[in-house]
Amino acid sequence: MERDNPVIKVLRGAALLVVGLFFLFPLFWVALMSFQTNEQILRIPPSIVFEPTLSNYWALISGRLVSNAGILEIKFMGNLWNSVLLSSTSVALALVLGVPAAYAFARFRFRMSEDIAFTLLSFRFAPPLLVLLPLSLYFQDIGLTDTYVGLIWVYQLIALPLILWIVRGYFEDISPDIEHAYRIDGHSWLKTFTKIALPLARPGIAAAALLSFIFCWNNFIFALILASADKQPVTVGALAFVTASGIQYGQIAAAVLLSITPTLLLALYAQRYLVEGLSLGAVKG
Amino acid sequence: MAATTATQPPASPRKSRLGTAALPYLLSLPALLVCIGIIVPFLTAVWYSLQRYNLNLPYLRGFVWFQQYIDLFTDTTFWHTVQVSLVYTFATVVLELLLGLGIALLLRRPSKLHNIMSIALLLPLMVAPAIAALMWKLMTHPDFGILSWLIQQVGITNFRWAAAPSSALFTVLLVDIWVYTPFMMILLLAGLRGLPKQPFEAAELDGVPASFVFFRITLPMLTPYIITAALFRMLDSIQQFDIIYAMTQGGPGDTLLVFQVMAYLDFFQNFNVGRSAAVLMVLWAIAYILSNIFIKHWLRLRERARGAA
Repeated sequence: MERDNPVIKVLRGAALLVVGLFFLFPLFWVALMSFQTNEQILRIPPSIVFEPTLSNYWALISGRLVSNAGILEIKFMGNLWNSVLLSSTSVALALVLGVPAAYAFARFRFRMSEDIAFTLLSFRFAPPLLVLLPLSLYFQDIGLTDTYVGLIWVYQLIALPLILWIVRGYFEDISPDIEHAYRIDGHSWLKTFTKIALPLARPGIAAAALLSFIFCWNNFIFALILASADKQPVTVGALAFVTASGIQYGQIAAAVLLSITPTLLLALYAQRYLVEGLSLGAVKG
Repeated sequence: MAATTATQPPASPRKSRLGTAALPYLLSLPALLVCIGIIVPFLTAVWYSLQRYNLNLPYLRGFVWFQQYIDLFTDTTFWHTVQVSLVYTFATVVLELLLGLGIALLLRRPSKLHNIMSIALLLPLMVAPAIAALMWKLMTHPDFGILSWLIQQVGITNFRWAAAPSSALFTVLLVDIWVYTPFMMILLLAGLRGLPKQPFEAAELDGVPASFVFFRITLPMLTPYIITAALFRMLDSIQQFDIIYAMTQGGPGDTLLVFQVMAYLDFFQNFNVGRSAAVLMVLWAIAYILSNIFIKHWLRLRERARGAA
């Protein structure tokens, strides 16, 4: 039907073009800005022909911003490193805590199992500030404000529910027959878990880990409240840096680009897992 | 903990059965401990919301039952927040649903171009919402922003994007749509591609008009996916903070003072812990009801899928 009609074909092509432009142009434009000097950025009309410069990136990497107002020391690379550290440690911890629990929820029927699982998932849906604001007062009392430990623990709010639910779904989809056979052969429970169950669920675990890494990386509100400049991840750091750097727009653009590159690369590399993870079983349902 | 159960070989059947009875608890215990660590601040928030509690005026602190809530419900600022939050939520969910569905329909036939497009469209979703807001701030900057320049070419001169009360909502909606439409799109695309082929083939053979196929076959079969995706977005949207805070900090004025931004400012600018907690409790109640609908629906879908398999 619609395949044969040339008018509809053209319309579809045009619609796709508009969609592509709207969603990809901002990324493209900010990438261009990041290679421009302030004078080039402020030029009117804007032009996509210019001599690219790496000075914005150098300023960020060296941490010394030279502007009209003088030289400014910033810790942008430190922020980036904080993001790496916080996200990967949080995901690793969530895997250690969450995968065994996911296995328990998937394989055993035990008292309160559904209630516990439901409670853990419900944290994903609660307003983050509801937990964060009281926590910020507690953290001051027990000295966890502005520590990696405190932040990583709070990041479990993001990573743990995701991992639990995605991995649980995977375990449920795998038939337990192989595990039973292996156990009857006289192998211990732990061996069955590590040699059979874990390898079978690897795609699900990978998807869950990737997805929760991205969610942790993109998080803003947790660190905004619980971390000062030293421990801030790049999402909070970039925002603060805008005010600090004044009108150095090229540097802002470069900071934006540096802060999204890791997740973009990860997403491109693992997009198939991500789609599976994003759809969270809703699609399978 | 898990190690002690594991090191015991399944020597006698009784012993191993005892092992498995405790095992699920032992396995989920670590996750459970984290969970308790979260419940404590949650209960604290409930406790705060029942108090008059301002960090600036510690001597006034006292238990007041539901006075905070009564004060909120008689405060026009709060109703403004409710209104803005609901408008924001409704607009994002509806617009993103329509756009996401449209794009998913465009990309529904698997082809190389469509697959590449669907992957490329996921990129905005990988940009942190706070950073996305920053990107759009650059693009809507009055001096050099490419969008400001573009609309000037069309003849719109004093459009001030997020800086003017009349256009602030429109601007943050644009950013939200940019970030989250791909989420709708990918869920619906996966749904569309997973639909059984037979009804469509039969309809084509019978020469049924395209609009009939869409409204009577595609849409009803896609409804479970649509509901799931919409509920998911609704929960996120009513709790939106990152985009609005990074873009306008709730302003100009109180134009975009949604729930979480209001609570944040109450806490960190006015140091009014009690009121901030009460605002968040109202939001929590809404989110709780919504997530219950979502999870029930989701579990039902799961059960149905398992029953059919």
